[in-house]
Amino acid sequence: MTAEQIIFYIATGFILVSALMVVTTRNLIHAALWLVATLFGVAVVYATLDASFLAVVQVVVYIGAIAIMFIFAVMLTKRNLLDHVPQTNSNWPWAAGIAALTGAGLLYTASQLSTFGAQRPALSGDALMNLGKALVSPDAFVLPFEVASILLLAALIGAVYLAKK
Amino acid sequence: MENPWIYIGLFVLIGVIIPIVPLAASAILAPHKPNPIKQSTYECGMETVGDNWVQFKSQYYIFALAFLIFDVETVFLFPWALALNVTPLFVAAEGVIFILILLAGLYFVWQKRMLEWV
Repeated sequence: MTAEQIIFYIATGFILVSALMVVTTRNLIHAALWLVATLFGVAVVYATLDASFLAVVQVVVYIGAIAIMFIFAVMLTKRNLLDHVPQTNSNWPWAAGIAALTGAGLLYTASQLSTFGAQRPALSGDALMNLGKALVSPDAFVLPFEVASILLLAALIGAVYLAKK
Repeated sequence: MENPWIYIGLFVLIGVIIPIVPLAASAILAPHKPNPIKQSTYECGMETVGDNWVQFKSQYYIFALAFLIFDVETVFLFPWALALNVTPLFVAAEGVIFILILLAGLYFVWQKRMLEWV
């Protein structure tokens, strides 16, 4: 095994354990912190795939903003929401079966791809620089780029509208 | 070339070890004789009042949402800023339009008095 594979297995094991803790822990704040751990594990996986920018974005946006928003949302709740409620209901074996089937189906589909198990091709050039050029170039993604700002504006106005109510 | 992520990984590893070592050391070395006064929450010598779970103001949530919006904006601006020198001026100006649209959002939030702590 190469060092990269070892890091990958450690990171994915960490993701699975912390994701399991998110749904099984009774304390909502602990669940939010385990979610941070899960998201960090995903950032590590991005880093092992040479997606440096995506890894940083994962930490800055998901851990830095979205997880904090979750924690604030949890702090807005009342305590009596968390005690004495069973964490599963009678349908959980069905949900587990469907989840296992979906996972097996995805794995099977991936194993049928011709690139399954192949070596990852090396990146050519500065990926981030190419992304920056493509974002503003008129024959690439300039329209989605500007639409994204409108989308963010709409989200901001929506948040203000909800808060005013 | 060495992978720069190795250094970041080392920092993460050391950052995890540093808080674990004193906690583990005190768990192993400290005598363990609990009593109710020792186990009560220490808050600068004051006696604590009430539950530790209080409902926070909903304004925290608005600040977090506004922060999230501008956080995502930086994600778009970073690659744009990187390519600023190699793109023609009118193409680079599209990033300025992007910023201006979101500045309008900031102005809107400001005018709605959402940035004031009440």
